Amino acid sequence: MRWYIPYGNPTYFIWLALAIIPLMIGLLYGRRFRGYQTIISLFFLILTFGGPNWKTGISLISYLVYQMILVGLYSRYRQPKGSPNKGWIFVTAVVLAIVPLVIVKLTPLFTPGRQSIIGFMGISYITFKVVQTIMETRDGMIKEFHPVLFGQFLLFFPTISSGPIDRYRRFEADYAKVPEREAYLDMIQKGVRYVFQGFLYKFILAYYFGTILMPQLQQQALLAHGFSWNIVGYMYAYSMDLFFDFAGYSLFAVGISYLMGIKTPMNFNQPFKSKNIKDFWNRWHMTLSFWFRDYIFMRLVFFCMKHHIFKSRTTTANVCYVINMLIMGFWHGETWFYITYGLYHGFAMVINDTWLKFKKKHQKHIPHNKLTELFAIFLTFNVVCFSFLIFSGFLNTLFFAPKPY
Amino acid sequence: MDDKQTVLDILQDLTGEDFSDNLDEDLFASALLDSMGTVQLLLDLQDKLGVQAPVSEFDRNEWNTPAKIIAKVEAAK
Repeated sequence: MRWYIPYGNPTYFIWLALAIIPLMIGLLYGRRFRGYQTIISLFFLILTFGGPNWKTGISLISYLVYQMILVGLYSRYRQPKGSPNKGWIFVTAVVLAIVPLVIVKLTPLFTPGRQSIIGFMGISYITFKVVQTIMETRDGMIKEFHPVLFGQFLLFFPTISSGPIDRYRRFEADYAKVPEREAYLDMIQKGVRYVFQGFLYKFILAYYFGTILMPQLQQQALLAHGFSWNIVGYMYAYSMDLFFDFAGYSLFAVGISYLMGIKTPMNFNQPFKSKNIKDFWNRWHMTLSFWFRDYIFMRLVFFCMKHHIFKSRTTTANVCYVINMLIMGFWHGETWFYITYGLYHGFAMVINDTWLKFKKKHQKHIPHNKLTELFAIFLTFNVVCFSFLIFSGFLNTLFFAPKPY
Repeated sequence: MDDKQTVLDILQDLTGEDFSDNLDEDLFASALLDSMGTVQLLLDLQDKLGVQAPVSEFDRNEWNTPAKIIAKVEAAK
């Protein structure tokens, strides 16, 4: 038996096709074989977290038990009618939910080159799901804690390693029902298209940019010592690789979900067509940015406005943009380039908002036509690619930790 | 003043537009309402109408037009 990273190689797809065909036949005839779905889910989880990776499998199981107990306890506290709703208990629950992730993120900082033993592939993404469930339970939107359904939600294998991040109420509604035949046929059609689009993105385009083009540019940039146009070339190649690789993966995850009758939300929507940075975050890694929007940004704004922390609405928005993006930077990892990437996007949002307000105020004097729109797309694209250059850590390699040549 | 008018006034304050004849305008698709505006809307609904709507409740597909918001407010009362 071999061991696989999800969607990592062709054999994984053969296993996938064989495993989901019975499920698809069931769905076509109006039945969802839940027992069978659970068995194949376990099979694919073992393919990823078993064998030589068994230690991460143990971590995953322990993590799951821990979060189940946590969410179970919080639900028992919060869900009965007329239950108390103490702020500190909620905050404690959220903190406890993110503690494992924080430990995993901080470990490399204290023991360079080593990963925490409690970590496993996809821990971030499960943590997002746990935290949002606690928040919606607090708000009274999730009225029932169902350990099996919650487990299915957390461990849904097509999205286990890197999302897209679904929402519990949405997932549970899909899982509970069988789509109408007409609707399901449409989902099959879309699912198959997504998977093949994924092949094009991940195995052809990302391969070209990431495996063929990028290393050459990288080498030349390193040899040039200091600034060279190769860095600019690297920036674009890296940006394309990042997009096609991640969008390709996401298409697989969404496509396979669709074939299983679950409408996992899309992660990308032509991000390089964005007209401004806000537009970009509505199109790039959407389930992550919407998660940050709904569970951090909006809640932070709500809190600040309710308690009148800042005098003006603009200040509130700006401070919250920066905090929101900074947290996202920390989430990516504890290095100067991830944190700078977060701050950069936070300030980009502030500048963007300021400009849009200014533009609205002086509508009559500022031209707006096809040409200015093209310029806006061009500018946004470059602002974004530069942020990816920071994100890539290549500047760090280049200027602070040069490799000996 | 009835609830409908109050909601329309709140929306006019937030977006600068009068939706009296445009109750089915999609506020998010037309980018008239963003996250900031949404939170302000929730706070205003709370202050002026006593409708308690947490941020979680705010499903963009269910609150995206003035008509739907009015319906939600009436249902909450």
